[in-house]
Amino acid sequence: MATATATEMVRADRVHGALYSDQTIFQAELEKIWYRTWVYVGHASELPNVNDFIMKSIGPQQVLMTRDKNGEIHLLLNRCAHRGNQLCMEQKGNRSSFTCPYHGWTFANTGQLRGFPFATGYDGVDKSQLGLGEVPRVAQYRGFVFGSFAAEGPSLEEHLGAAAQAIDRLCETSPAGEVEITAGFLQHRAKSNWKFLVENETDGYHPQFVHASIFSVAKSGIGELYGPNSTAVTRDLGNGHTENDLRPEFRRIGKPLSWFGTSAERLPEYVARMHAAYGEDQARQIMIDGTPHVMIFPNLFIAEIQIFVIQAVAHDETIQHVTALQFKDAPDLNRRLRQQTMGSVGPAGFLLADDAEMYERTQRGVTNARRPEWNYLGRGLHRERRDADGFLIGDATDEVTSRGIWRHYRALMEAA
Amino acid sequence: MSQPDLLQELALQREIEQFVYREARLQDSHEYDAWEALWTDDGMYWIPANGDDIDPEVQMSIIYDNRSRIALRIKQLHTGKRHTQIPRSRLCRVVSNVELLEHRDDEYKVGANAMIFESNARGDTVWSARNEYLLRRGKQGLRMVRKKVMLSNNDKPLYTLSFLV
Repeated sequence: MATATATEMVRADRVHGALYSDQTIFQAELEKIWYRTWVYVGHASELPNVNDFIMKSIGPQQVLMTRDKNGEIHLLLNRCAHRGNQLCMEQKGNRSSFTCPYHGWTFANTGQLRGFPFATGYDGVDKSQLGLGEVPRVAQYRGFVFGSFAAEGPSLEEHLGAAAQAIDRLCETSPAGEVEITAGFLQHRAKSNWKFLVENETDGYHPQFVHASIFSVAKSGIGELYGPNSTAVTRDLGNGHTENDLRPEFRRIGKPLSWFGTSAERLPEYVARMHAAYGEDQARQIMIDGTPHVMIFPNLFIAEIQIFVIQAVAHDETIQHVTALQFKDAPDLNRRLRQQTMGSVGPAGFLLADDAEMYERTQRGVTNARRPEWNYLGRGLHRERRDADGFLIGDATDEVTSRGIWRHYRALMEAA
Repeated sequence: MSQPDLLQELALQREIEQFVYREARLQDSHEYDAWEALWTDDGMYWIPANGDDIDPEVQMSIIYDNRSRIALRIKQLHTGKRHTQIPRSRLCRVVSNVELLEHRDDEYKVGANAMIFESNARGDTVWSARNEYLLRRGKQGLRMVRKKVMLSNNDKPLYTLSFLV
């Protein structure tokens, strides 16, 4: 997409439907977003031991996340440096090296070429020039591992900006201050553009409609958080990161663990550990405030009790990888997190099956109907305001978040 | 095998097959309440992810419903607002290879394969699964204590699976 096109297609209160349906725009997004900016890849806890590895992705590309013998994490591309064969066919495991089954070239889990069979045929060849492709920049924030294909650019901390505090809040839910990703991922595929998913994650307007069925039969209380009278706010954190800040509602209710639809009495072991770790006052506040609901652009959605990793595969194909959040030293909480996550998300989830239905219907809508050309994102524009920290906020159901996502998108697509 | 024993075995095989076929028909025709009535009070409905032999108490499954969650799933389908099933998927499944694997007291472990054709607004999808049932004989005949659905592609990204599988 030409720079002028992004400028033309993303306006203050609307975006053009072709942004979701045009294959050439998707190719441009791969170059300007997915293969440039920081993208979430995996979590350090998925590689607990040296020489562990796990298959991940950045957009359509497979990425092998490895931990070398010194404990350092690498992001390697799954392609033999010899003739391009897929090097690793396992989803995860433990090995210090990978041998290509085609001609036996062997690579260390740092990406370096260790050796090739019948080496006299390669007299004078410099092995150091024949390593695996790698993601040049790898950085972590509290165990969350991100990669950037751009050799230079903003640091991860600069990219995360205010979203880093959401990750801090998340980690505080653990008595040990650490998140663990250990339950395995469900992979939910949708015939839809990735941006419909990103927008939906912090769209506070849809829950009462898309999720009316489950709200009407399960007493979750979630629906009330996203109503016209909710005191929750939508917030544009900058750099494309957005959140539904539900704390005003949870503070109004004022009961520890109400954010999780439970009570301190039901999780006594967890509450005791939190008191011991943070002191009663701070622990109480953490347990009232709950975990964040934040979309970290372009692909990490922290959704209170689970994380979603959004993988853009094609202009009309996206995979959501989702798993329950697990908190170190919180076994009784973790068990409920897994149970609730399995019920609500994934291909058969009480919630996500209906979200995915909307992703696919919107994709068909913008693809098959040519009028109106624009999707209107002006909800709450008249009541947008700045909070004490200077962030743009709106009411619980306002589209401040979508506008924030698109503002950043436009800046990335306009960049040289 | 004596003739009475053979007849008894054939009758049991037929009874089990008829149960499995009835379940398949109720699923295809979205007869939710009749399907729910096939479950015992301690029923467990399980569709593992990322392999067939994961520990569902530790790892994520596509569905891991105890009896009350099965009831919630049916209630949700009845609301008329379960968008992914409006309109309902058109379904046609073939269940085959029905085999009695184990028999202990009043419980029968049964294996079967299923091929399911689904047609919905997205398009046409073929699902394939190995099913394992634990059936228990009670006053009302056979009931499901456990149904485990091992999708052939449960290690890959899957489209929404919102019908009864």
